[in-house]
Amino acid sequence: MADSVGRQVDSINHATEEDEKKQEIIRAKGEGKELTKEEKQRLRKEKKQHKKNKKDDRGPPEKEKEKASVPAPSKPATQSPAHKAAPVPVNASASESPVAAEKPAKSKAELRAERRARQDSERASKPGKKEVGQQSTSSKPKATPSELQPVVKRLPEHVQVDDPAALKKLAKKLERQQVPLRSDYGYKVSLFSHLHQYSRKNPPTQQISIPVTAIHPSIVRLGLQYSQGIIAGSNARSVALLHAFKQVIQDYSTPPNEELSRDLVNKLSPYISFLSQCRPLSASMGNAIKYIKKEISNIPNQCKEEEAKRRLQECIDSYINEKIILASQAISKYAIEKISDGDVILVYGCSSLVNHILCEAFEKQRKFRVIVVDSRPRLEGREALRRLVKKGIRCTYVLISALSYILPEVSKVFLGAHALLANGYVMSRVGTSQIALVAKAYNVPVLVCCETYKFCERVQTDSFVSNELDDPDDLIVTRNGKTHLENWQTVKSLGLLNLVYDVTPPDFVDLVITDLGMIPCTSVPVVLRVKNVDQ
Amino acid sequence: MELQAVLMAAGGGSRMMDLTYNTPKPLLPVGNKPLIWYPLNLLERVGFEEVIVITTKEVQKALSTDQRMKTDVKMRLDVVCIQEDADMGTADALRHIQQKIKTDILVVSCDLITDVALHEVVDLFRAHNATLSMLMSKVHEFTETVPGQKGKKKAGEQRDFVGVDVTGKRLLFMANEADLDEGLVLRKSIMRKHPRMLIKTGLLDAHLYCLKRSVVDFLVHNKSVTSIRGELVPYLVRKQFSKSLNSKTATEDTERNQKQQDADHNLELLSTSKDEALVQLARERSCWNDHRGDMSEAYHGGKLRCYVHIMEEGMCYRVNTLAAYIEANRVVPKLFEEPPIHPTAAVSERSLVGSDSIIGPFCQISDKTSIKRSNVGTSSIIKEKVKITNSIIMNGVTIEEGCNIQGSVICNNAVIGRGADMKYCLVGSGQRIEPETERTNEVIVGSDQLMEI
Repeated sequence: MADSVGRQVDSINHATEEDEKKQEIIRAKGEGKELTKEEKQRLRKEKKQHKKNKKDDRGPPEKEKEKASVPAPSKPATQSPAHKAAPVPVNASASESPVAAEKPAKSKAELRAERRARQDSERASKPGKKEVGQQSTSSKPKATPSELQPVVKRLPEHVQVDDPAALKKLAKKLERQQVPLRSDYGYKVSLFSHLHQYSRKNPPTQQISIPVTAIHPSIVRLGLQYSQGIIAGSNARSVALLHAFKQVIQDYSTPPNEELSRDLVNKLSPYISFLSQCRPLSASMGNAIKYIKKEISNIPNQCKEEEAKRRLQECIDSYINEKIILASQAISKYAIEKISDGDVILVYGCSSLVNHILCEAFEKQRKFRVIVVDSRPRLEGREALRRLVKKGIRCTYVLISALSYILPEVSKVFLGAHALLANGYVMSRVGTSQIALVAKAYNVPVLVCCETYKFCERVQTDSFVSNELDDPDDLIVTRNGKTHLENWQTVKSLGLLNLVYDVTPPDFVDLVITDLGMIPCTSVPVVLRVKNVDQ
Repeated sequence: MELQAVLMAAGGGSRMMDLTYNTPKPLLPVGNKPLIWYPLNLLERVGFEEVIVITTKEVQKALSTDQRMKTDVKMRLDVVCIQEDADMGTADALRHIQQKIKTDILVVSCDLITDVALHEVVDLFRAHNATLSMLMSKVHEFTETVPGQKGKKKAGEQRDFVGVDVTGKRLLFMANEADLDEGLVLRKSIMRKHPRMLIKTGLLDAHLYCLKRSVVDFLVHNKSVTSIRGELVPYLVRKQFSKSLNSKTATEDTERNQKQQDADHNLELLSTSKDEALVQLARERSCWNDHRGDMSEAYHGGKLRCYVHIMEEGMCYRVNTLAAYIEANRVVPKLFEEPPIHPTAAVSERSLVGSDSIIGPFCQISDKTSIKRSNVGTSSIIKEKVKITNSIIMNGVTIEEGCNIQGSVICNNAVIGRGADMKYCLVGSGQRIEPETERTNEVIVGSDQLMEI
């Protein structure tokens, strides 16, 4: 109460001040004296502030108009009732009043949040659940203003390997979660010394006990399969991750005095740390984990354990079905429209989605042939070649060094993606940007096929900042019984670099085919925004 | 729980009867610790918290009374007794404890002494979702002279033929020389799927197996399988390449064939998991294959997979022959961090105990005695002026003055009379050697322990 009175006094003072100033201006103009620069700036500022206040006042709904005890002055009549109404409605909780007190300095967004909060509380008060509504409204305004303040973006740990403080923090966190820390291997090229580099000869299971206790056995199996490359490829990794989570949920039992919605999420954190030690998480895996965590926390408290588990399993199944299986069918449908008879299609590496599209197109009697481009050390193209040839498609196989030789024959390029970044860049297997660049030079259209669940909010313009370093020993090859790089570690000035991903700028990509349709590369942020609103 | 450990300690030690006729094999002292301590220690080091031990009543009694075992071994031992004369094979034993088995199992034999990194074997089992994963090691030639051996060692000991693929991990073929009549028979289906196979003969099977739970259920249904190593493992290795039951080609199914097919069917059924569709989807979408050059998918679509980890370096012994026993005794002291001379042993200052010998607790070593490269067991009494070289003295042995013992094995509670000279002999349990005897390359056991013909 005292607050509002004081505020009204302030507003009245403010109003009177303004009156004075206006009179001053009129006087100055009348006297023919030109206002000095500073005075003009001051006036401009005040006008702006005035306008802002007016908008603010119009913003919050005038739910409960407090009767003004102080008679409003005549001139700024419009302002004061608004000022009076703006102070705190009856239903508000404590957090809202400090927010309201800082009114003049508030941003539009904060007031929008307040409005939302008030609408929520209105909605909540209707069915009669007043207390719950109040709690949620009190939490929401608390949350949203702090989110909207400038947030200090923290770098993820996996790109800070050369920072000893970050490493120490990671080591402490892993120790707390009882997850073994995997040590880096070999000399790292200096440009990439901020990334982890692991060796396949030091598996992550070296330090955990054999009947694993801290980590669920299916997660250990998954981590091993990731680190050995048995499960590789964005879709495969996500599906396998969700499968492992299904088993974890199946074997989970709520400890006494705990709630499933909170405890299960806490249980999943060490597993996720372990998996990221085995191999850095992909964007699709990150999105899947976010989805699962959200689903788990949305389980109502009164739900029985069996029911909750069943619900979660169904959620996972429907996620896989919608985002991966049905999405790939939708993408094939769109992509097949783009494949005409007589086409020569170039693909790179082994993308499960692109292979699926080509197989579907072949089944729909399109006449085309495929050129599979491959690169060392992974040589994934051989697997793509096998699958396409097994289907009956005519294929040619080249290494990426022969790209400019073969490109004049090509009519389209189909590329898969590991992730699509928020600025339209495509993150995919290393070599993809090369293919897109040369295709652009030859005026060959480049089509990227990507499901929407791989869209991620990161922004990256080069391949250095965030990447993955694979085992450098994979680059060593034995020909005619000789292995020249066998003792590469003894040569101090030699570093072996085995990059996994690179980013392709959107200028080189002509079309992105997603399950939502065919969009240009620059529309990725729109899709992200639509997705966020949906959720 | 991921894995349960099962320790098979009911074997009789049939290949070293001279040592085991009085002491059961699991309790034979190696490096002054009972043989069963070594696999238990391996399991404990790796992180197991409880072990199911299948053994005889005698061994169980010894385990529960032995103070040192109780302090050294911190795991919980769930001892299951079987009758000694029941003649149970290892697979029979697994069938016997079927109720206790709730997850995949790790079967270890009690005579295995090794320092292998067990995660290598188990990682193969985990990563490839294998049905069987086992450990093998390169055979080391035994250099020590074995007492009682007449002439050179027979080279024609039953060899194992082990076929692995190019990576050296996948087990394609396993047969023992005894089972092969004229030659090695390889099925065409194996050659078609794995055209490059390496066949190795110089490998020692460590009898350490990771088996899936479905295999135990399979054993319960098929009571004819008695031994893991002899029958189950070759069966599983063969079954990797048999035609899948989806293709029902032959219409003439005799009664026997039907039963066989049922048995196979059981194994396949039991090994499929609930969420098979998701696993299949993940594998389809993954761009990995375990072999190159043909049109089939990873693992050739087979559900049964057997893997082997072959140890190149490191120690791996199976103490099932006398030669192995002696070799193990030589090598094993390097594993310990304990002082070679036990603190409770009374070693006189004027005796000479070499640094590579170990003396057990409560021993009494008198003056002017020289002990080199030997193991002396618990509570043994060595009198003056005795020279012991390259020998194994077990527990409770009394050696009188002036003896000279070289390259021999003296079993529990034996007594060597004064001035005896034993070279490369094996003195059985509880035997008395007359003073002033000279024996070379002999096996001295009691007459009642001699084999009945």
